[in-house]
Amino acid sequence: MNWRGNALKFCDVAGLPALEPFVRLLAGEDVKEQLKGIAKFVVLPVAAVAVFLLLWSAAARTVVTDSMQLPSPTDTWTAGKELFAMHSAQRAEDLKVKQEKTMQAVTLLAQANSVTKQAESATGERKETLLANALVLKKKAVQAANYRPSSAPTFVDQIITSLKTVFVGFAIATLIAVPIGVLCGMSPWCNAALTPFIQIFKPVSPLAWLPLAFLIIVWAYSGTKPGENFFDKAFLISAITVSLCSLWPTLVNTTLGVASVDKDYMNVARVLKLSWSQQLFKIILPASLPLMFAGLRISLGVGWMVLIAADMLAQNPGLGKFVWDEFQNGSSQTYARIAFSVIIIGLIGLLLDRIMIFMRNLVSFGDPQAA
Amino acid sequence: MSVAVLDRPRSKAIARPAPPDPLISMRAVCKGYGSGVTRNEVLSNINLNLRKGEFLAIVGFSGSGKTTLTKLLAGLEIPDSGEIVMDNEIIKGPSQERGIVFQNYSLLPWLTVRGNIALSVDRVFKHWSRGERRDHVEKFIEMVGLSHAVHRRPHELSGGMRQRVSLARTLAMKPNVLLLDEPLSALDALTRSVLQEEILKIWEEERQTCLLITNDVDEAILLADRIVPLNPGPNASLGPAFSVELERPRDKTALNHNETFKGLRNAVTNYLVAVRQKSRDDEALASEAPPIELPELQPRSLRVPRGRAG
Repeated sequence: MNWRGNALKFCDVAGLPALEPFVRLLAGEDVKEQLKGIAKFVVLPVAAVAVFLLLWSAAARTVVTDSMQLPSPTDTWTAGKELFAMHSAQRAEDLKVKQEKTMQAVTLLAQANSVTKQAESATGERKETLLANALVLKKKAVQAANYRPSSAPTFVDQIITSLKTVFVGFAIATLIAVPIGVLCGMSPWCNAALTPFIQIFKPVSPLAWLPLAFLIIVWAYSGTKPGENFFDKAFLISAITVSLCSLWPTLVNTTLGVASVDKDYMNVARVLKLSWSQQLFKIILPASLPLMFAGLRISLGVGWMVLIAADMLAQNPGLGKFVWDEFQNGSSQTYARIAFSVIIIGLIGLLLDRIMIFMRNLVSFGDPQAA
Repeated sequence: MSVAVLDRPRSKAIARPAPPDPLISMRAVCKGYGSGVTRNEVLSNINLNLRKGEFLAIVGFSGSGKTTLTKLLAGLEIPDSGEIVMDNEIIKGPSQERGIVFQNYSLLPWLTVRGNIALSVDRVFKHWSRGERRDHVEKFIEMVGLSHAVHRRPHELSGGMRQRVSLARTLAMKPNVLLLDEPLSALDALTRSVLQEEILKIWEEERQTCLLITNDVDEAILLADRIVPLNPGPNASLGPAFSVELERPRDKTALNHNETFKGLRNAVTNYLVAVRQKSRDDEALASEAPPIELPELQPRSLRVPRGRAG
């Protein structure tokens, strides 16, 4: 019967109550009650989605202007399928070109080798010329082998860029916010000193931060040539805007978590005479992890939301830029594609949120909270 | 009632060897919290000698400052005046010499049973080898009968099991003095009774100096050599000590019919009830409003004479 307990625990920790009735059904528990659970967590949401789709279709028939029309669910679905089809077509083509280039590189290298051989038997000026030719051929071969398809990023590429950006921004935010939060939580003096900054900067919109992030990146990159840097400028601007906005929930929650560590735990630490670092790593940090992760979850949510706007403004080739470009293009498919990307953005946001809930529940022993 | 009387010679006292040296003595200790108008004196003029190898119980009603007393002894709080001396040294902070078992277990929820105990063992016996420390941890887990639950985390344990872990954690530190701050108060009566017997058994094996704070007179008589009542606060002080002249090993069921046990239980309970009544009377007396000086006034009729009305 242990698999049942483990599976239920997993549902609880992962924040997936929808799976619970199925596990219980498999374990042979009361069928009627489990059907009730399924009705609540599965049938009802599905019905709600169906109603929403009906309303959406109705709205799509109503909201029509001369040049534009609210896309219907079917339009959106078709547009989405097309986007993915375009992606696979592009990939196939890129692959083909890449293979051609590789073949080319192999032939070039073979030629270079034969020329080198000829050079070995030749003498004088002829040898020099042959060797120079071989060198040129080798260079060409290397170039062909290192060929990178330079096609425009597809929808999937843009999703990946967006995810990369949000994770880099989130990582920067976490690296800044957690240590400062721990410091503020441990020292009320430090907290008092930093509170004004936190209070003032917390409510600032990403759009206001962006030009400043731009300035800093341009300053940091002054004197370097494009292509020399590991990160693209637009990418970094987006990432930094994301971190500036997603810093605050983590900072505030970490401070709270560290400041509200149970006095009894601290008494244990005092009786054991733990050193400062032991207190920090063995008592304070583990005790404040649940609240810290609650903060990280909000941060990631804020970061994902902000990212779309930052992408639009910084022209980072992510989902925000996709939406913006589509809007500027104004083709017949524009709005269907935008509607599709809205749904994708929402789904990715949901996924990120779930991952954070899962992580938070992993570290809060005894009381995993439902989402 | 402000100066505590310890070991008042009693007519019935049996001749026994001179009391061993005190391990910890509290001398005229006072402690309060807050300042100004909100100042609350919790303990005043506490004098107490905890002798080597004895089991001393302090019994008091809730809210009489029992927890403050343990915290002072543990060094988690520093007295406002007076001093607490252990081995000729004034206690200025917590130490591994004085192990404390908290009422609410205070186990670390992210560590398993073994992890919780290992945390203190690893800290206290740093110089031991890894194997020695592990064996030491296992020994104490076995002592409290939790070998089957070493990998569980506190939230997967019952209250009684948690308190066993907490007890094992403190015992494993091998402290000179064991301070038990109402260790069993949060448990149900059955678990409580089982754990009392277990503590008794462990103590009779180890004969460690032990101070138990409790609100249960029976528990105190069962476990302790001496019982000191704590008079109710504010300004709580200690009452006269009662010696528990019961043979060891003690058996809980047999004690229920023991005349000495019954007499002692009545004596302690009556003392506590009487002291609380007195404290309440004093409080009532003190809170009575000071006499108000009334102005010299004569009642006078303000009624409008009938003739002028209308």
